[in-house]
Amino acid sequence: MIVYILNVIIMALGLYCLIAKRHIIKKIIGMVLIEYSMNLFLILIGYRINGLAPILLPEMNRVQFSQYGVDPLPQALVLTSIVIGLGTLALMAAYAMKLYEKYRTFDMSEIRRLRG
Amino acid sequence: MQNVMLPLSVGLPLLVSVVILLIGKFWKSIGKLFAPICGLVVLVFAISLIDASDGIYWMGGWPPPFGIVLVLDSLSKLILLTVNVVAFFALLYSVSYMKHYTAQPKFYALFLLMLAGMNGVVLTGDLFNLFVFLEVASIASYALVGFGVEHEELEAGFKYLILGSIASGMILVGIAIIYNLTGTVNMADAARFIVNMGTNRALLFATGLFLFGFSLKAGLVPFHAWLPDAHPSAPAPVSAMLSGVLIKALGVYAMIRVIYSVVGAPQMMLEMILWLGVASALIGGLMSLGQNDLKRMLAFSSISQVGYIAMGIGIGTPLGIAAALFHLFNHATFKGLLFLSAGSIEQSTGTRDLRQMGGLMKKLPVTSLSTLVGSLSISGIPPLNGFWSKLLIIIALIQAKAIVPAVFAIVVSFITLAYYAKLQRFTLFGPLPDMYRKMKESPFLMLVSLIALSVICIVVGLFYPYFMDSLFNPAARAIMDQTGYISMIIGG
Repeated sequence: MIVYILNVIIMALGLYCLIAKRHIIKKIIGMVLIEYSMNLFLILIGYRINGLAPILLPEMNRVQFSQYGVDPLPQALVLTSIVIGLGTLALMAAYAMKLYEKYRTFDMSEIRRLRG
Repeated sequence: MQNVMLPLSVGLPLLVSVVILLIGKFWKSIGKLFAPICGLVVLVFAISLIDASDGIYWMGGWPPPFGIVLVLDSLSKLILLTVNVVAFFALLYSVSYMKHYTAQPKFYALFLLMLAGMNGVVLTGDLFNLFVFLEVASIASYALVGFGVEHEELEAGFKYLILGSIASGMILVGIAIIYNLTGTVNMADAARFIVNMGTNRALLFATGLFLFGFSLKAGLVPFHAWLPDAHPSAPAPVSAMLSGVLIKALGVYAMIRVIYSVVGAPQMMLEMILWLGVASALIGGLMSLGQNDLKRMLAFSSISQVGYIAMGIGIGTPLGIAAALFHLFNHATFKGLLFLSAGSIEQSTGTRDLRQMGGLMKKLPVTSLSTLVGSLSISGIPPLNGFWSKLLIIIALIQAKAIVPAVFAIVVSFITLAYYAKLQRFTLFGPLPDMYRKMKESPFLMLVSLIALSVICIVVGLFYPYFMDSLFNPAARAIMDQTGYISMIIGG
């Protein structure tokens, strides 16, 4: 239970960074923290206290294994999600570099040509 | 039924995208050649799938719920057709339009990635697969928005990127909660558990998260902040795709699929979608009136029209949903047409500012005619297609006793007429400024796309009963029939 609350605290910290900081790189770090908290939430759903890792060795009993093992499906989903997060991070970093080239500043509050 | 056209609609654009990226280093024109051909092939698949019977495809031969299934029902057929029609004409248009941009192979590769992602979203029957294809299409569109790397385009692309990633994250948490409740990510299997579950607060929370995420992708108010910056900044064919199909395939279609087929359409959520639609229609319309940038006005108009579609979805009656789907198809064609025409105008005159244009009807006849057809369609002038879909939405609202939304819908349609009249007066009619005396019409391939989309607008408007019966009413029936969906995938 406490781990879920800590997870929400990570998301809240990430959201705070994203909203309150003006530096683009800090906003990107905030965004990455939010993505981490979502992946952690997915893993926590499949977790079982004092469970076994989901690797079926030849000598294990299958019924006992499914009773005691941790759920492997969320782990597979999270792998995909981490890779998607990697792609998004690469794109964010590329945008940050190009924005610096054009605007000569990392301060997001000065990058406001579009309004109305 | 193991129809191989279903995975090919997703796999072929992916494959051609990679081929264009690899060979594009040596042969720069490969994108221009292969991408429209790929678009044509996928369009032919989409058209031939309309007559196919409903069915599923087991990816890798694994049966559901162990494997991912691709599902073809009437709703998927309709959205697949919409996406591929607009995508093909946008690709044809971009062969001429992208001459002024560098890195053309990367453009076509990203465009085909976006198309593959959208086809995947429409066809999949698995919640996590929906998320993966949603992200594929979204990331490709984030990169395409900032494609011409100027100041404003980068700012708009970055804003879209951050907001879109947050929305995708919310959708992922919603999928996690549904997995926790039902033990499966397959849509039909989860629906089977949810039907027997009764009211459950975790399920309502998950549905709320889905509503947040998909409304942001669809551009509903108050999640619309990225749209007026992103749609004008993108190159014109990408704007046509974004405004015409991406907000619908990723936002509206995914919302319909998850809320109707998986969660079973709780009344609270439908009412929320209805009022979000009312707010979007009103605010999008009012903001459009004050715009002087041509494409920004069209972007706010997109917010307004997606509000109409959301109003039809939120009503929940068969007529309302069929009218909303009709408006979805119409909006894809005429907004795609309007953005392509805006790109043509921008290329010929060099500006997007309405106050500097005028009298283009004399110099650019084809572009002006297509802008005229698009504007009249979206304003709801009979017998063009926009009139019938808006009329049906308003009738459905009144029949369901939602009088206040109906009044707002009528008021917003007057506002729509007003700002499109402003658009026509400033671009097409009026005096021609001296600097445009030597203006020439756009190249042939751009005109072909404009003429083809105009013809679709006119034909669908004139023969709308045929299209209602063959496309939109079956799709509405498929949406409302949750048990039919479940039994098609798992029961049979």
